[in-house]
Amino acid sequence: MKYLVILLSSLLLVLASKAQTKISGTVRDMKSHIIAGASIQIKGSYDGGVSDSTSHFNFKSFEKGIQTIVISNIGYKAVEQIIELKGEPIEINFALKEEVSELKAVVVTAGSFEAGDKKRAATVLNTLDVLTTGGANADITSVLKTLPGAQQVGDQEGLFVRGGAGYEAKQFIDGTLVNNPYYSSVPDIAQRGRFSPNLFKGTVFSTGGYSALYGQALSSAVILESIDLPDQSQVNASISTVFLGVGLQELAKKKKSSWGFNYGYTNVWPYFQIVKQGVDYFRIPEFHTADANFRIKTKSGGIIKYYTTFSHNQLGLRRPDIDSLILKDAFGLTNYNWYNNLSWRENLGNGWKMNLGLSYSTDHNDIHQNIQNQQNQNIMTGISYIDAKNFTLENKNDLSQIKLVFDKRISGISVIRFGSEYMYAYNKNIYNGLNTLLKDNFLASFAEADLYITNALALKTGVRLEQSSLLNKVNIAPRLSLAYKLGNAAQMSMAYGDFYQKPENTQLLYTTNLGYTKATHYIVNYMKVTTLQTFRVEAFYKKYNDLVKTFPMYNNNGTGDAKGIELFWRDKKTIKGMDYWISYSYLDTKRDYLNYPQILQPNFAANHTASFVLKKFYTKLNTGFNFTYTYATGRPYYDIRYNASALKYAIADQGKTIDYHNLGFSMNWLTNVFKSYAVVVASVTNVLGSNQVFGYNYSNNGQHKEAITPVAPRFFFLGVFLSWGVDRRQDAINNNL
Amino acid sequence: MKNLLFATMMLIAGFVSAQSKYEAGMGKAFEQMKAVKTAEDMTATAAFFERIADTEQDKWLPFYYAAYCNYLSGWMNPNADKDAVGEKAKALVVKAEVLEKNNAELYILRQMIAVQQLTVDPMSRFQTFGAQANEALEKAKQADPNNPRIYLVDGQYKMNVPDAFGGGKEVGKKLFTKSLELFKTFKPASEMHPSWGVDQAEKLLAQCQ
Repeated sequence: MKYLVILLSSLLLVLASKAQTKISGTVRDMKSHIIAGASIQIKGSYDGGVSDSTSHFNFKSFEKGIQTIVISNIGYKAVEQIIELKGEPIEINFALKEEVSELKAVVVTAGSFEAGDKKRAATVLNTLDVLTTGGANADITSVLKTLPGAQQVGDQEGLFVRGGAGYEAKQFIDGTLVNNPYYSSVPDIAQRGRFSPNLFKGTVFSTGGYSALYGQALSSAVILESIDLPDQSQVNASISTVFLGVGLQELAKKKKSSWGFNYGYTNVWPYFQIVKQGVDYFRIPEFHTADANFRIKTKSGGIIKYYTTFSHNQLGLRRPDIDSLILKDAFGLTNYNWYNNLSWRENLGNGWKMNLGLSYSTDHNDIHQNIQNQQNQNIMTGISYIDAKNFTLENKNDLSQIKLVFDKRISGISVIRFGSEYMYAYNKNIYNGLNTLLKDNFLASFAEADLYITNALALKTGVRLEQSSLLNKVNIAPRLSLAYKLGNAAQMSMAYGDFYQKPENTQLLYTTNLGYTKATHYIVNYMKVTTLQTFRVEAFYKKYNDLVKTFPMYNNNGTGDAKGIELFWRDKKTIKGMDYWISYSYLDTKRDYLNYPQILQPNFAANHTASFVLKKFYTKLNTGFNFTYTYATGRPYYDIRYNASALKYAIADQGKTIDYHNLGFSMNWLTNVFKSYAVVVASVTNVLGSNQVFGYNYSNNGQHKEAITPVAPRFFFLGVFLSWGVDRRQDAINNNL
Repeated sequence: MKNLLFATMMLIAGFVSAQSKYEAGMGKAFEQMKAVKTAEDMTATAAFFERIADTEQDKWLPFYYAAYCNYLSGWMNPNADKDAVGEKAKALVVKAEVLEKNNAELYILRQMIAVQQLTVDPMSRFQTFGAQANEALEKAKQADPNNPRIYLVDGQYKMNVPDAFGGGKEVGKKLFTKSLELFKTFKPASEMHPSWGVDQAEKLLAQCQ
């Protein structure tokens, strides 16, 4: 019996080894490009081979008779062919058809800088980049300003993108609009953003042509995606020259949920004792911020996230009055802000996904300005244009919002997306005792399709419909972009879109008999991206229509345009451990809006802007050194004043500011303190002490002008950030050893 | 009766020949792996293991070795697209995991693949790929805490992590010592099961001294 088996099996083996067939050929794609690494196999046998870098393969097989040969490669549809093996050499050439896949497909990128942890090649900046950009002091907006398209405006907050004013750029967190992304404005001093970069895993800085999911922004959308569950539980503490902070993140044992909170207190009194400021702070800037969050993973792979932050801040500062040698303007501000965001992302099955976003924010400002004498007492001068500078303003801004988006995967990786959003905005102002109230019920619906025609050609088309009860008008905004792949890493994109935005509340206070302001974007972009290098060049034309004019009466007769070309190059490859990027923007823009007597280059627009960002980490020292150098040509400034005899506004004086230079530096040293992971950060802005002028303020009679400059030439920062990971894994390893 | 005997014989014969075909095939593949000189040879070996895996359909080891050889080819060719290699290797591990549930070797391989992809851009990938690597090893430890390769690959990763982030040579030294200790008693389930790593652990321990 045993012998029989051996006999039989050896017989089989002998039979099998009797004749060999040589099989050879080539594997290419439909366009005859070489495919290397494709697998060729005789079905049901181990025989086969791999195509080489010249597309050729060859192997021998002991199989006989009618067989099926299978050719497969990642990203291509497998091909099967019947062959007959008779011992005579066989030569076959195969052509494989590409499968449309997310990994290989072209990405529509015109106008947007995608940043974040997505492995997508379009990644430009991530959280770590924000934290380690020299001179940016971990402020998201400051880092975005090193990318092409943004202006170096230092006297007011916001992103001034491609000839657009700061309020034309909006921020969205998990899909919903953020009403007050920055701390409340102070005249001539730009404020920081309210949100820490650590909250977000992805940032898309879109400088135009963005998706129909977003509206009410003429120039730019900053789309922030919050992090999901943290990697581990941890306790944080920080201490620095200006603030103290503590925080906790607790990740549940099964890693299905987490919660956490942070508290921070900022007081610049000690700092101002050492570094003298150009203005007299009678109330030292002081901030309390507290935030809390929870995140829950759902059964079907979705996630529910809630984030809330509350802040209170106050400050008071005194500056010499421009119309007098002895008087001072005393400006005081108290602000409360409460922001809430709840989002729910869910897989509904069958290719359907849902994104629900709810947000509520309320913002209260109490602002007053008084004319004071040398003894810092409030006085009335009897001179009307001076006394008119005394004011009190209380305002309350609430925004409630719900946004629901459905996502359905259709054939391949193509997706259709549609949904609606509703916003209720409540804006109450009491200016010198005078009450005004604006309420708006805003409704928008949108639909969009991402169509992948082939791996090399993708189309994104959408439309957005908006209605504001305050304006009592409807707008329809079409959007279209397409992308074409030119080679392995290079692609061209184009985008077109109409964008509408309500006039600002400060304008609607005068009349609600206004329409939407409008911008139309045309963008062409070329991009070449490899894992460690990015090159992109983009040209755009933007047409402004229906901008708000304030003279002779409030109307929508303003117009304008912007055109330009932008370059970006980032390289992490050439020098190991060194990362740098260069951006350059050329901008040619003019507009006629507000009280402009004619079409003018606005005072926030420079013709040439360039940034050079360099980061180098020395592993041996555990220290990173980061430099950012920014340059911008001078910006125009105007003294536009009313000419009573001609009954119109005219330019009484104009000029151009000096060029802008800024060298920022920061270093971060990683170490251990009290068993924690510690990062020691030191940074300074404007290292070289360059004279920076953002514009000019004019006296009432126009005889005297004063440069708007930063309140101090430099800002120094020194801080220690500690985190204790209460991660049992580490302990487990140590205990096992 | 005669027919039944014949049928049984054929069945046994068929089984034996199938078994030996698999074993012979794997044996040939192991030999090919030993003889590898270039990254291209390694990819060819990976493809051979994959062909065995695809044909057999119910064996996880050829999938494991196909993934492992792909991973090794990623190191052998300094210009390899490590993300593409990683995706390929991961796809093979997923196929193996369908056949072999909760095996430490597969989790260890997952860690190795994650670390390989991390090295593309350590500064910005540390958080995502580092977490993936740690998670995989945690699962490996739950499945088989005495597998010496757990501590070998962990040490290999940690010795290159800055001291401030819980890495460094001291940490590596402890882990390699622990690995070598476990190698003394480690017995692979069969000749075909993974048994690699002793030489590597010794070499790396020497580097940490």
